[in-house]
Amino acid sequence: MKKRLATLAVAAVMAAGPVMADLVFPSLSYRTGPYAAGGIPFADGYADYFTLLNERDGGIGGVMTRVIECETAYNTEKGTECYERTKGEGALVYQPLSTGITYQLIPKTAADGIPLHTMGYGRTSAANGKVFSNVFNYPANYWDGASIAINYLLDQNGGDLSGKKIALVYHNSAYGKEPIRTLNELSNKHGYELLEIAVDHPGQEQKSQWLRIRRERPDYVLMWGWGVMNPVAIQEAANIGFPMENFIGVWWSGSENDVLPAGADADGYKALNMHNVGDDFPIFEDIQQYVVDTGKAAGAGDQIGTVLYNRGLYAAMLAAEAARTAQEIHGVGDITPAQMRDGMEALVMTEERMTELGMPNFGPEFSVSCENHGGSGQGKVQQWNASAGEWEILTDWITSDKEVIMPLVMEDSEAFAAENNIEMRCN
Amino acid sequence: MFYREAGDFKTSYVDDSQTFPISFDRYRYYFVLFVAFALLPFMVDDYWASQILGPFLVFSIAAIGLNILTGYCGQVSLGTGAFMAVGAYSCYKLMTGVDIWYPAVCDGSRILFFWCSGRAEYQIWFQLPEINILLSILLSGFITALVGVFFGLPSLRIKGFYLAVATLAAQFFLIWLFNSASWFYNFSATGQITAPDTFVAGVQVTGAETQPWALYMVCLVFAFGCAWMARNLTRGSIGRRWMAIRDMDIAAEIIGVNPLKAKLTAFAVSSFFIGIAGALFFAVVSGTAEAGDVFGIQTSFEILFMIIIGGLGSIFGSFAGAAFIVILPVALRVIGTEMFGWPSEIVEHFQFVIVGALIIMFLIVEPHGLARLWQLAKEKLRLWPFPY
Amino acid sequence: MPDQLLFGMEVALNGLMAGVLYALVALGFVLIYKASGIFNYAQGVMALFAALTLVGIMEGQVPFAHLINAIFGTKIHHLGTPIPEMLDPDVTIAYFNTEGAGWISWLLGGIGNFFIWPINNFDIVLALIFTVFVMIALAWAVQRFIFRHLVNQEPIILFMATIGLAYLLEGVGELMWGAEVKTLNVGLPRGIAEGVESVTEGWFGYGFFLSRLDIVAAVIAAVLVTALTLFSQYSKQGRALRAVADDHQAALSVGISLNFIWILVWSIAGFVALVAGVVWGASSGVQFSLSLIALKALPVLMLGGFTSIPGAIVGGLIIGVGEKLFDFLMNPIIGGATENWFAYVLALIFLIFRPQGLFGEKIIERV
Repeated sequence: MKKRLATLAVAAVMAAGPVMADLVFPSLSYRTGPYAAGGIPFADGYADYFTLLNERDGGIGGVMTRVIECETAYNTEKGTECYERTKGEGALVYQPLSTGITYQLIPKTAADGIPLHTMGYGRTSAANGKVFSNVFNYPANYWDGASIAINYLLDQNGGDLSGKKIALVYHNSAYGKEPIRTLNELSNKHGYELLEIAVDHPGQEQKSQWLRIRRERPDYVLMWGWGVMNPVAIQEAANIGFPMENFIGVWWSGSENDVLPAGADADGYKALNMHNVGDDFPIFEDIQQYVVDTGKAAGAGDQIGTVLYNRGLYAAMLAAEAARTAQEIHGVGDITPAQMRDGMEALVMTEERMTELGMPNFGPEFSVSCENHGGSGQGKVQQWNASAGEWEILTDWITSDKEVIMPLVMEDSEAFAAENNIEMRCN
Repeated sequence: MFYREAGDFKTSYVDDSQTFPISFDRYRYYFVLFVAFALLPFMVDDYWASQILGPFLVFSIAAIGLNILTGYCGQVSLGTGAFMAVGAYSCYKLMTGVDIWYPAVCDGSRILFFWCSGRAEYQIWFQLPEINILLSILLSGFITALVGVFFGLPSLRIKGFYLAVATLAAQFFLIWLFNSASWFYNFSATGQITAPDTFVAGVQVTGAETQPWALYMVCLVFAFGCAWMARNLTRGSIGRRWMAIRDMDIAAEIIGVNPLKAKLTAFAVSSFFIGIAGALFFAVVSGTAEAGDVFGIQTSFEILFMIIIGGLGSIFGSFAGAAFIVILPVALRVIGTEMFGWPSEIVEHFQFVIVGALIIMFLIVEPHGLARLWQLAKEKLRLWPFPY
Repeated sequence: MPDQLLFGMEVALNGLMAGVLYALVALGFVLIYKASGIFNYAQGVMALFAALTLVGIMEGQVPFAHLINAIFGTKIHHLGTPIPEMLDPDVTIAYFNTEGAGWISWLLGGIGNFFIWPINNFDIVLALIFTVFVMIALAWAVQRFIFRHLVNQEPIILFMATIGLAYLLEGVGELMWGAEVKTLNVGLPRGIAEGVESVTEGWFGYGFFLSRLDIVAAVIAAVLVTALTLFSQYSKQGRALRAVADDHQAALSVGISLNFIWILVWSIAGFVALVAGVVWGASSGVQFSLSLIALKALPVLMLGGFTSIPGAIVGGLIIGVGEKLFDFLMNPIIGGATENWFAYVLALIFLIFRPQGLFGEKIIERV
């Protein structure tokens, strides 16, 4: 930890000492700005789960939880400001829901000893726990996502993709560029042709990109989009008459917000997911009873059961389970960030545990270890049913091609370790 | 009462033309320097250094840069964010060692010696050694100055709002360039640039382990140096030429000011400062950056706000404006969420409303900015307690 | 014909359509700049605000619901039935069927449907009218509380004030109606225009893609421009407006109320913003990013000149075609996503040869 040169109180803002008798889960949310539509349901789900734990179980292991919500507007400067402001309150784990903020926080959290959980986003090579002691990205990462999509397509085509043409429509930012490397490697292996099509922020205008797709006639289109780019892409795909069932988005391009603006045209659009959809789980009854009916629901309370709400719920559940694991390991209720880290590293999610929590088959079964911070790397494919207005799960858990991904993870993380003089752990 | 010129006699021209001719002003200035250099480093903690004082000083430098161009030379620019990006990316390249690569295998087409549009395997040609961080920051200032002069060329023909919008060409083009040409981010998979750990005289100044006081001191030294330089430039003949161009360029040309030279020097000096600000912001304050995110058009507008609210054509105004724009949102959030306990999104929306309303109010009440208010206060103080 | 040429033509055609949309946004800028010398950066946010208001009214949302809930602890979101729906008489007239017909009947049917549509969708029309009233109220407020106090300030100060206004409106808009993505369904058609595809298929052996929404948007833009031109040429207020644009003081001295004209002009700009917001919002949903369309309009303005309505149209078309063609040609070489900057660079190159834009008033400077 870093200290002041002299311990002089600078201002009243900083004078507020940490309240230690609770488990603090900061929520770096974005309910405003260009990506608010994605940020709102996630933040609601995250907050509601902890409210549920407090109301129903009296917190985790008898210690109340506290969610500090800090608005980032998907802006890295505001995000780091949130981090610096809230870290002193005993924050246990950060989930910034933004690749840009994640990159800012990776070195900072390492210096401060606070774990960072980037569920399906952020720096993919953080899956290598040997290098990234404080960063976790279970249950799956972007490279898994790319591989899951290709595996799904392989499955659709009887195991052969040679001669096929696959287009990747991506957000021209750190986030969108993530899968390119993996898709290139996979194209060497499976013999498909990859077409990279960049869309600049914000992606309001994609006419030329989709005209290009219409010209080049790819067999499949994959999408790495976020924000307004998603609905526009889906609408444009419908406009050029691209078959929706051959259009697959990553898990950040597969929420209700993305398909609803296109109306019936979006029917059949597919997306990956790392957890289950819908509100047909026992936990939603508890949420109704303890959170909604008591008037404690976060936000407007109208997001319950949407894809991104479930993702927030899932993220909160994983954090809470890690905290519980940490409490068991260290035998204390009021854990520190370092203990939380140990808990995350020892996290085991089983079907029994998820059923106990009222979320049977909600996410994949996986376990985290010192070497592997990336979980099982499994995902599902879901499809939008426009007439019913809901996502339908098409497949069981699809596992990614670890043969291709692990060398990439190793290469990237080892390069990072060499650059930053990090010693390998877990030996 | 105590603030007056009476009895403050000057016996030489040097004394008479100093920056702060009134002794009270001078002592106040020394006092501020004393607090900034000798007291604050011992007080800052992580939050204050990296979130408040660091950004404040860095944006002050950028605001001084823009103020030279807009406030002194009258050329409105909306490309400040991109010029900061130029500074940041040049600093990154310099501190990691500029490399000249050659795509040995290039699947796409080859546009430049280092840039391949498709998949490529690169072969190193030569690589400069890594350059000391402070020197890198300075050099990035010079590189940005060159880029600034290039994008300043249209100002010789285009004026007013047309120029303002034309500078947006620089804004969007440069950001796109840094986002697409992988050479600029050393071919990393994601396009993020991350400052490696560097040390000056054994003290770490970049990287996550940097002590707050080191971060603060680096920013402060650069901010002080830039402000001092800017102040003296604007007091000299070059500053007068800029102001002549600002007030009326045709008239200035007739009395013998070369508009080409004056405008381009303004662009060069302004971009130099902005480049330093960008390099500092990336390397020292934030540690990582992505072009489209931190150096976007939003940043350009914020810096423009700073100089308008602070006061056009005033160095003090640049500092005041930067302080206002950096601190106001943070203060509003702290007040809203922590003192009143409102939901964070309502606070955020209110923040937009309040910032917008304050800007409008400022423009209505005092279009010449905080610097003018400061000046008025000083004039009042001079007469106090016996105003006529 | 070689494939590349055909593709290029298709791209150019789509560029023309996109250009019309840019022109639509640019039009709002031109109107205000002409009449009051204010470079209104808030035009994009006005489009967002108008679209948000329209959706809010159509869905019967309670304004400021988040705020009211936060203060009073209530849980209100929607009115029982949206007001426009209550007033809707539920009349429906059958549309002309244009499928499979020749292009003349396709065109005539299209025009007929254009007029039948408002009768069938009376509630949407009502919601649009309500929104127009809100935009007029906004115009009045902007004039009364902001620009009346900034008369005779330098242009840069006025410009900054509009940026402040943009922030303010954005905050108010989202406080009022929430920040989620909203689906705007005013019945604008979507999908590919089969007519164009089949006709070009017959001509060239390759069916061009043209979105129906784009065609409708182009028609709307054309109607709007014609209406605005007629209004400014032949109506009393229109003439007054042009007089003010020519010379404020002379206009004032012949008894034209500057205040009224400015409110009028901001209202018209608000109306144009509403149309732009509806057209853009129909394809992407109504959300924050809608305000960024202002950035698409700026190069159009530079190219066409800040003071010229035809300039906005021609500029829009040039920019639309130029950026799409550039992307098409350069994509294999330097990669995509060039649209954001190419429009600006193109405009910049134009400006170097003609510093006041294509149709801008010649800048004459005297010492």
